[in-house]
Amino acid sequence: MFELIVYGIVLGSIIALGAIGLTMVYRIVGFANFAHGEFMTAGAYVALFIVSILLPWIGFPDSRFVPLSFGWRMVIAFPITMGAVALLAILADKILYKKLRTKKSGAVILAMSSLGASFIIRMTILIIWGSDYIFYRPGLMRPALHLPLGIKIRPDQIFIFCAAIFLVILLHLFLKRTKMGKAMRATADNTDLALVTGIDTERIISWTWAIGGGLAAAGGVLYGIDVQLHPGMGWNFLIPIFAATILGSIGNIYGALIGGFVIGIAQQVSTAFLAPTYKLAVAFMIMIIILLVRPQGIFGKE
Amino acid sequence: MEFSGILSYVVSLAIMAGIYAIFCLGLNIQWGYTGLFNIGIAGFFCIGAYTSAMITTPMPSGIYAQYVHQIFGLNLPFIFGLLGAAIVCGIIALLIGIPTLRLGEDYLAIATLGIAETIRLIFNNEQWLANGPRGLMDMPQPFHNLVSPQNYNYIYLVITIIAMIIIYMAIEKAIRSPWGRVLRAIREDEGSASMSGKDIFNFKMQSLIFGSMVMGIGGALYAHYTKAISPSVFTPLYGTFIIWVMLMAGGSGNNKGAILGAYVIWGIWVGTKFVTDFLPYTLQSRAPYIRFLIIGILLEIILLYRPQGLMGEEKRISKLID
Repeated sequence: MFELIVYGIVLGSIIALGAIGLTMVYRIVGFANFAHGEFMTAGAYVALFIVSILLPWIGFPDSRFVPLSFGWRMVIAFPITMGAVALLAILADKILYKKLRTKKSGAVILAMSSLGASFIIRMTILIIWGSDYIFYRPGLMRPALHLPLGIKIRPDQIFIFCAAIFLVILLHLFLKRTKMGKAMRATADNTDLALVTGIDTERIISWTWAIGGGLAAAGGVLYGIDVQLHPGMGWNFLIPIFAATILGSIGNIYGALIGGFVIGIAQQVSTAFLAPTYKLAVAFMIMIIILLVRPQGIFGKE
Repeated sequence: MEFSGILSYVVSLAIMAGIYAIFCLGLNIQWGYTGLFNIGIAGFFCIGAYTSAMITTPMPSGIYAQYVHQIFGLNLPFIFGLLGAAIVCGIIALLIGIPTLRLGEDYLAIATLGIAETIRLIFNNEQWLANGPRGLMDMPQPFHNLVSPQNYNYIYLVITIIAMIIIYMAIEKAIRSPWGRVLRAIREDEGSASMSGKDIFNFKMQSLIFGSMVMGIGGALYAHYTKAISPSVFTPLYGTFIIWVMLMAGGSGNNKGAILGAYVIWGIWVGTKFVTDFLPYTLQSRAPYIRFLIIGILLEIILLYRPQGLMGEEKRISKLID
């Protein structure tokens, strides 16, 4: 049981990385981004391209930080991937959502457009890589560490948790300390007031997409390190990240973080009673219960 | 290919497009007239197909009972399958509407998406329910003893078109009634509809249930056409996304547009198969993804440049008032 909770925290930190971006986009750009899961998939595959094709091609040596399953190649690929998916998110906004915003299309039309974008991203990945399951480093034995309370955990999983927490702290500092971060919080609080005070909301929106896309990409890569890559992985994260977002109240970054952990732990603990394939349904059931009991989420006002 | 081969191909194409047209009509009630964002059509598709299959097939007996498991098998005529599919889908819609219809419009979207995925998981995992991933087979086809099996599709085409016309007329009648006017009022401005004393939640619920029942009939017609269903059929791509593209292409808020959109997009979908056949051999296995990519791009183009679709919403008031 303790072991499942620990696994849930690892999964939860990945869900949180997706949910934080989703909740920011939801509040600042103002619609439910159904392509957010696909940003995670895109991140996982961009990193795959960098570590298995680009870096070997320029002759970058292969290395491995024993006992972790990756080395310098992944360390270099990680920030580049986050930047690339951040650009992808901004690009999607410029090509699709910005035009719909200026046409005064409703939030539902934007959400539908993002659903279309999610299929476009997934199909592109399927065309390039096909539908197989892929490992970053195939054929590697990944022994687990034995911790007290009978917990078996792989070093990779400890790294995943630490990396996610590190990114959340960075985001926290960005929002509290920088001018852009403060402007973003102001826009999230009240868009009209932000406009009046001379904040360039279009710039804020681009930054929001960049952060959302970057964090989702990080989540995707970390999931790839933990489990494996599959074109449907982001789609399977969509319900959990929406559940985490709603649980933590839409627009609340710290709520999304906690929501992510709650959903992750619930999904892993459920495998003690249910078939593991039902993890998605568990996240969905929690979401339905929140909608019935407290639709504004745990941090929402009445 | 000789003439009869082409003709039977066109007939099979027309049947599938007709079944998709019924889904579009159901979605049009929800989205086109009420503004409900249901992205879990695949779930109703799945439930409709399985319900009708189990109502019309007998319980497996003898040696079959060891290989095929299903929770019930009533062996009733085809028409009971259609009705049962509609009723069960209506109940599912009621259950999904209760937690979501009082909230913002995208909550329904997330919830319907979730229910569709959950339904597919349940049918995939629960062997006792409807034979798990292998699914059910040999659904009876009405009037199959009238003609030889290779000509049966002509009869099924007529059945599909009759079902489509009856549903079309029922929706047209409902939409032109005071009930339909309330739905459109809710879509345009919920606040003012509410101030006119309309119970928004109730009307939205009725629209969601009505549309989902139509989708259930679509699912049932699909099951008896293909005579074999399994959970892998009811994916978000084939079960939800393509239907949205059809409705947006044809024109939401227009029942003729919904039918037209289904035929046009199904035509494009089938047509792209002929194009991808010319691709180099290595790309052949990826051809379905290329075709879906095209459909996805098509949706974005429609949303950006022609949001009213091919036909646009039909005027329901006097032509003299603009």
